Amino acid sequence: MSTPLDSLLDRAGHARAALLIRRAHLLDPRAGLDGPGDLLVRDGAVAEIGAPGSLEAPADAEVVDAEGLHAFPAFVDPHVHLRTPGREDEEDIETGTRSAAAGGYGAILAMPNTDPVIDSASVLGSLRERARAEARIPTGFTAAVTMGQRGEQLTEMAELAAAGAAGFTDDGLPLRSARVMRQALAYQRLAGRCIALHEEDPALSGHGAMHEGDVSALLGVAGIPSVSESTMVARDTELAAYEDGFIHVQHVSARQTVEVLERAQAAGVRVTAEATPHHLLLTDECVRGLDTHFKMNPPLRSEDDRQALIDGVRSGVLGCIATDHAPHAQEEKDEPFELAPMGVTGLESAFAAVHTDLVVPGVLGLGLVVERMTAGGEPFGLPIPSLAKDAPANVCLVDLAAEWEVGESGYESRSSNCAFAGRRLAGRVRMTIAAGAVAFRERSFAIGAVA
Amino acid sequence: MKRHLLSVDDLSREDIERILGRAESFAEVSGREIKKVPALRGRTVINLFYEASTRTSSSFELAAKRLSADLVSIKAQDSSAEKGESLKDTVQTLSAYDPAAVVFRSPYAGAAGLVARWTPAAVINAGDGKHEHPTQALLDLYTLRRRAGRLEGLDVWIVGDVLHSRVARSNILAFGRMGCRVTVCGPPTLIPRGVESLGCEVRTTLDDLGRADVVYALRMQHERMAGSFVPSLREYAAQYQIDGRRLGAGQLLMHPGPVNRGVELSAEVIDSPQALITDQVESGVVVRMAVLYELLAGGPGPPRDAAAKSRPTSQPQPA
Repeated sequence: MSTPLDSLLDRAGHARAALLIRRAHLLDPRAGLDGPGDLLVRDGAVAEIGAPGSLEAPADAEVVDAEGLHAFPAFVDPHVHLRTPGREDEEDIETGTRSAAAGGYGAILAMPNTDPVIDSASVLGSLRERARAEARIPTGFTAAVTMGQRGEQLTEMAELAAAGAAGFTDDGLPLRSARVMRQALAYQRLAGRCIALHEEDPALSGHGAMHEGDVSALLGVAGIPSVSESTMVARDTELAAYEDGFIHVQHVSARQTVEVLERAQAAGVRVTAEATPHHLLLTDECVRGLDTHFKMNPPLRSEDDRQALIDGVRSGVLGCIATDHAPHAQEEKDEPFELAPMGVTGLESAFAAVHTDLVVPGVLGLGLVVERMTAGGEPFGLPIPSLAKDAPANVCLVDLAAEWEVGESGYESRSSNCAFAGRRLAGRVRMTIAAGAVAFRERSFAIGAVA
Repeated sequence: MKRHLLSVDDLSREDIERILGRAESFAEVSGREIKKVPALRGRTVINLFYEASTRTSSSFELAAKRLSADLVSIKAQDSSAEKGESLKDTVQTLSAYDPAAVVFRSPYAGAAGLVARWTPAAVINAGDGKHEHPTQALLDLYTLRRRAGRLEGLDVWIVGDVLHSRVARSNILAFGRMGCRVTVCGPPTLIPRGVESLGCEVRTTLDDLGRADVVYALRMQHERMAGSFVPSLREYAAQYQIDGRRLGAGQLLMHPGPVNRGVELSAEVIDSPQALITDQVESGVVVRMAVLYELLAGGPGPPRDAAAKSRPTSQPQPA
């Protein structure tokens, strides 16, 4: 198979699983699957699907009794900070991909805002090599749009694309200059690959540390207005239309942005967008206590913004759910709110949090959430995982009824700055199969015990 | 009353009444030749100031000394913070001396709340960034009540740079809690979006200043000019300066100091009998004595939380 998935994503050596998943509830809306069944994983693919109890286990296959569990296509996260190279104390490729696998992810894309920045083929090459030794699941690396993410000079995008950059982004920082943005979009015709954008106007964000609104007025913390994001998205959708480029807007946070995206998509602009679990579930009310676990960029916004994001996920204006998993050292988060770094971890809690707060109360359908959590590779041209027969085996097994407390037994991630820490959630990933290999298996899974 | 004083929000109206009453009784002590009472003998108070301060730090020092507490004053510029020690480590180090109270000022919002997580001592917020300055609000209430005889029903206008003012935030809450009607007024660029949610009216002109019983002018900080919040100090003064023309007969004038003469206030009003500015400074000591007394010696109070000392602070806080 020489799909783009195989050529752009790397992982460590692995044993191909032979596994019969019996009596799971198979749910893959794109494949038309929604009901109990057996699923046989073999030779890296979904070898067979059958009625519950109908498939015989081949001699070499392990049988997993999945009665009461759901089987989804494994999730794909297009927005992960692996902090490598440079801040391996916060995360490395092994811990980050282990964390992803524990959250049900079968593939991720890593951001290039590392030290050094991934802005040359040599840095990219060394990371891909390292992923082939350490990554638990297929991992792609995006490269920077500009040298050093300084927003001035384009990277050698064509060479980076040839070296396997999965996309381009200066994530963490906006492309301040409209001229550079336009050049990147023009150059995209040569380099290909999606340009993913962290959208914010630094002149409007200023020294802001949280959403500008009633809560920031009370706390006296400088605010980041919603229009800091939406005006840049308006600019960049215009530029993308003018240069006929294609862009992906990261971590959308504001109602105004959803509205700008909706208009642009309706006008035929090639723009996709993502929302994070924390922006879908939390608001600036959480910041009242100035707990740095609620500090991220873009910031948690108002309830009205949150509702607009949920509507955007439902309608598809926001086509995927991405975590923006951003590990930070404990000592850096133990600083006053205004000094602490922005970002929260989220790979291990993403599905459970969305399930608990949006699916269980009936706000979003389970099938729709599965679609959005598996679609993260689409803007980058990567295939969407599927449970269909003969598809590469990307499966996660989830116990929707299992309740757990986030962080109760630590994290697979090296960092613990999770926005959902301490929350009791329903929905526990029991097993993740990524591209044909078992990437995660809950220790108690075999005996069916719940932690 | 709560164990710490981090925000005016921590205080009920009854708490405030009690503190003001206590301050009255300490005012009587301050009139004596020997201004000391033994209330906090043997207890330790640590003043930890990470930001420049004259009035607040000196009045807390005097307050602790007049209550006979042992006092340690630390300023950031000659502390281990200069050597790169984290706030958490500094606080835990100082806590090893078993202080009864830590008075803390920081340029960052919520920093006093963090300190409260890391020390078993009672923490008094002496100003955290642009967030709050609760003891300033208390001394303002005390000063105003002494002069006006009451607080309930007074119409208070807070005028100036509300955006960058922790005094404004604490005072909007405090005046509101005591039954005053609060209006904030200033250039639209210096009024934070959403400030109405604190319980005040917002005006951008002084047209209706005449209805105010009390005009509380805020300090206009020159350094804010860098952000182009107002076109010029000249225009600011033309629009918002409280002068003899604007300050009506019978209106009281307050200011947290230090004053920029000729910017937010004209010389004639500063020196007028309607101004309470020096009374405010004077009240600082007795009100801070009352706060220390309330937290450390007043009433039964909550028992010293033994668990607080060993509470694992490295755990993430529950959502």
